[in-house]
Parts: sequence; structure tokens; C-alpha cells
Amino acid sequence: MDRFVFLTFDGLSKGAVLAAFALALVLIWRAARIVNFAQGAMAVAAAYAAYTVTTATGSYWLGLLAALVGGLLLGALVERAVMRFVDHRSPLAEVIVALGLVLVVQAALGMVYGNEFRAAAAPFSRTALEVGGVPLLSRYDLFVFGAVLLVLLGLALLFTRTGVGLRMRAAAFAPEVSRLLGVNVGGMLTLGWALASAVGALAAMLVLPTELGLHPHAMDLVFVSAFTAAVVGGLDSPPGAVVGGLSVGLILSYVSGYLGSDVTPMAVLALLLVVLLVRPGGLFAATVARQA
Amino acid sequence: MNLLRSATLLRHLALTLLAGFALYLLSLELDPFRNFQLATVAAYLCATAGLTVLTGLSGQLSLGHGALMAVGAYTVALCQNTLAEHDVTGNGVLPLSLLAGVLVTMAAGFVIGLAAARLRGPYLAGVTLAVAVAVPAATVTFDELFNSEQGLGVYVEPPPLSLGPYFPNERWQAWIALLGALLTMLLLANLVRGRFGRTLRAVRDDEVAARLSGIDVARAQVQAFVVSAAGAGLGGGLLAVLAQSVSPGAFSLTLSLFLLMAVVIGGLGSLSGAVWGALLLVALPDLAHQVSSGLVASSPAAAQRLEGNLPLLVFGLTLIVVMIAMPGGVQGLLHRVTGWARRRLPSR
Repeated sequence: MDRFVFLTFDGLSKGAVLAAFALALVLIWRAARIVNFAQGAMAVAAAYAAYTVTTATGSYWLGLLAALVGGLLLGALVERAVMRFVDHRSPLAEVIVALGLVLVVQAALGMVYGNEFRAAAAPFSRTALEVGGVPLLSRYDLFVFGAVLLVLLGLALLFTRTGVGLRMRAAAFAPEVSRLLGVNVGGMLTLGWALASAVGALAAMLVLPTELGLHPHAMDLVFVSAFTAAVVGGLDSPPGAVVGGLSVGLILSYVSGYLGSDVTPMAVLALLLVVLLVRPGGLFAATVARQA
Repeated sequence: MNLLRSATLLRHLALTLLAGFALYLLSLELDPFRNFQLATVAAYLCATAGLTVLTGLSGQLSLGHGALMAVGAYTVALCQNTLAEHDVTGNGVLPLSLLAGVLVTMAAGFVIGLAAARLRGPYLAGVTLAVAVAVPAATVTFDELFNSEQGLGVYVEPPPLSLGPYFPNERWQAWIALLGALLTMLLLANLVRGRFGRTLRAVRDDEVAARLSGIDVARAQVQAFVVSAAGAGLGGGLLAVLAQSVSPGAFSLTLSLFLLMAVVIGGLGSLSGAVWGALLLVALPDLAHQVSSGLVASSPAAAQRLEGNLPLLVFGLTLIVVMIAMPGGVQGLLHRVTGWARRRLPSR
């Protein structure tokens, strides 16, 4: 029973990070109808920026700031310099270009930092606090929950309560009409990519200390899990991404806790297949008419 | 001449025999290292040709072909080793193992294809990406059979004694791989030129129109996946025979991305493009090695990092540039250049 409780909380903590990462995917999907397969590599690049700043200054928080700013800039750069020029009529082109980006980013990181694992620092202790003799959550888990919750609230406020959020939604749903009404559609797209990339960077910063550490390929499996989470939620729905992230996190935690961690990739594949074959639109699919 | 023009099978057969003869002469001239590279190109060609049929003709993106190659490679390894343990040897053993590899990979391709036929665009890419990540991990889970990260050695018989005592092993490997590649190209060229190819193109260009003209879309897509998997299985099996070992590290996600890159740069949907792609897969790392050994690096570690990652960087950049600037790839470029030349040059 203790083990079950521990795995549940561990899964929720993993799930919160997956939710944030899935949210980043959903943001770009809503803005541009692209699944950003380079998200994982871009997030790792931001995490390496944080690593450089943290080793130079000794402060985790400056590093986190560097990751977020780096994420914003990288996202904007990728949209402005690459994605804008891709032929959007063919669904293959966007995916293939994103995969090219994966190769470029991972190679650049490998050249600068080398292909070995580096320890990723955690700002708080990762030993679980005990409640009534049962180890439940560590301070770090609480930090993860807090950070993800903050991002969720921030994005919800941005999209529902501010003018910029309204313009971003308008630009995504009716680009031509928005342009006629004076919305800078291209700028909104860039902003969407920048935001998504920063959220992805935050997710990478949160997940890396709980895994093996920094490595150019560190986010490969996280990306696949987050993609699964986004698909469970329906790719189009931010609340869906959160629910999807938490449930995928729980399932993976039980699988790796009871069956062994090396079964996790296969569990992700099985889960993704089941969801796509049984309910391809995801659990929270609202807009059936808009299909890519 | 007219007969060759009208009969596709005959023309392809003649071309294959011609190419086979030219390559035979080439393999006699090359030194062992170049012969080994030639063999590697041939092994990759099986996989890229299969992938270009799938992605270029039926429009289904697969990021899992590296994993399918792993299926073929491990099957061949297990077959070869089991047969060798039971003292079954001879010239027929290797083709039998390769056939088993192809069949098992086709079965795997059938299963993935069943799922793939219901998925489109980024969803399909996501599932095949999960396959590419999950299959290498499976070798760790079932480590009694696959021996985890270390992988398996593959028992391969030396070249037959009738070829002489000093016959280079690399030339023998090149012959085996080239035979497999030529066979693959011949079969695929005929398939692509025939009803099957037309069906796939119809499905790719407009699913509704294809369905209206009586094509079973899902069936065609599953068939495309099975055919494509056969190529990947043979390619993987040949790679296992060439390296005489298999390990999950050799069939990582990066290999899948490389294969995709090769067919895109070569020219999606064209079998000659697959040849360019396979050549590139072997030539670029070699080139990167020469470039980085020419550069003066600050330390040996930095030089090693540069050499390992330079091909990846070049591949990635080329992939992006090709996709944005010349979607037809090398083959599309050649097509344009010859078309331009034909218009410019006075006709006889």
C-alpha cells in the first residue's frame, strides 16, 4: 500500500511536468496546426543554456531565468527563420523540417557540450517528506506542482483576459479575417511559438533533475510521452493536455514501479496506440470540423 | 529496342543485370575498405528504397524504419546463431536467415501498418516515433534473448573456398549485399511501375477520389507498409551480416531520422532518389571524418565531439534546406537540369 501511495504521488509529479510539455505542443498545434517534433530538442537546448549560466554564477534561479528567456528566443527564431518558409500544403513537410531541426540542435549541443550525461541541479531536496511514516512528496515535487500551476494560470489568464491573448486566438482561428481587422497575424504566430518553447523549456528544467541528467537526447522519451499525453487530451484542448499529462504520468509511474523502468517506452507505445485506435480525437476533442 | 521500351519487366531485368555486371567489375577493383562501404550502401539502399515507396508513393511518414531494420537484424542474428549451434552450415543458410528476417519484419510492418492505415499526418509520425523509441528498449527488457545493450554477435560463414584462399572477405560481403539490393530494386521497380504503384499514388494524392474509383484505401496503405517493411528488414539483416554483430545502439532513433533524411534529400518517391540517399548515408560521415581531421581542434576530446556530430549537423541542415528550397531532392534537381538541357540543346 505504501508503495502504491508513493507511486501515485510520484506519478502525479511526473504527470505535472508531462502536462506542461504537452501544453507546449498544444499551444503550437492551436496556433499553427503543426506538431512541433523539435520541441524536445529545443527544450534541451534551453536547459543547456541554464546549465552554462548556473555553473558560471552558481545560482539555480539565474539558470532557470536563462532557460526561460532562451526558450522564448529559440521559439521565436525557429518560427521566423525556418517554419515560416515551409510549404504548409503538405503535412509531411512540417514534420520533416522539424526532424531536421532535431538533428541540427542535437548535433550543435553535442559539439559544444559533448555527448555525456551532466548532472542537472535541483533547487530543493528530492528526499520525500514523510506523513505518518509514509513517504509522500519531496520539496522538489511541491516546487514542480507550484511551477506548473503558475504556468497554467498564467496561460489561462493570457488567453482569456488580455487583448494579446484574444488576438492570438483570433489569428489562429481565422487568419484572413484577423488580418483585415488589423491583427498582426505573423507576429502572433511568432509569439505563440516563443511562448510554447518557453513552456517546453520550463518542463525540461523540471524533469531533467528527476531523470538521468542533461544529455542532447535527454528529452526523446519525454517528448514521446508528452505527445501521448497531448493526444489523450485531444491535441486541441489545453485542459485536455493537463488531464492527459497527469494520467499518462500516473500510468507510467505504475508501470515503471511494478514492472521495471525499461518497460516504460513500450508502455508509452501501447498507450498511444490504444488511445489513437479507440478514440482518435482524444478524450477532450471539441472541434471536429477543424482537422489538419 | 522497341521491345525493351514496351516491356517494363524486361527493361528492368536488363538494367539490373547491367548494373550487377558493372558493380561486379567495380568490386574487383576496389580495396577492402571501399568494398565494405559499397556493401553498406547496398544494405542501406534496401531500407531507403522501401521507405521511399512508403513515404513518397503512399504518403505515409514513418519514423520507425530504423526499428524495423532492428527487427530484421535481430531475426537474422538469432537464426544464424541458432543454426550454427545445431551445426547446420552451408551456402543455403544465409539466404534462409535473411528470408526469415524479411518475413518477420513484414509481419511487424503489417501490425504497424494496420494501425497506420487509420492515422494521418502528425499522429502517424508520433506513433512511428514511439515505435522507434520502444524497439531498442525492448532489447533490454527481454535481455535473455537479445542480451541487452551489448547485443549479439552474428555467426557468418567465411567466403567459400572455391573462390581461392586469399579471397577478401569484404568483397564477399559486398557481393551478398549487392545481390540483396539489386533484387530489392528490381522487385520494387516493377511494383511501383505497375498497378500497385498507381494505386498508392492515387491514395496519396486524393483519398476520396481513390475510394470513388474503387480502391480500398486502408488495404493499399497496409500493403505499402508491408512492402516497405520487407525492404527495411532485408537492409537490417544485411547490416547485421556486414557488422557480424547487432546492438540496440546501432538502430536508434537517429538511424530512423537518417533514413528519412536520405529519401527526402534523394527525392521522395523515386527509387533512383533512394540510391542517392543511400550513397549519402555512407559518404557524408566519411566526408565529415576527413573534414574534422583536417581541422585543427583545441583538444582530442573536442575533435572527437566535432567528428561525431558534424555529419548530424550537415544532415539536419541539408534536410531543412532541401525541404524548403527544393522539395524534389537530388532526383528532382537532375530532372530539372536534364529538362533544361533538352530544351536548350538543338534537337537532332
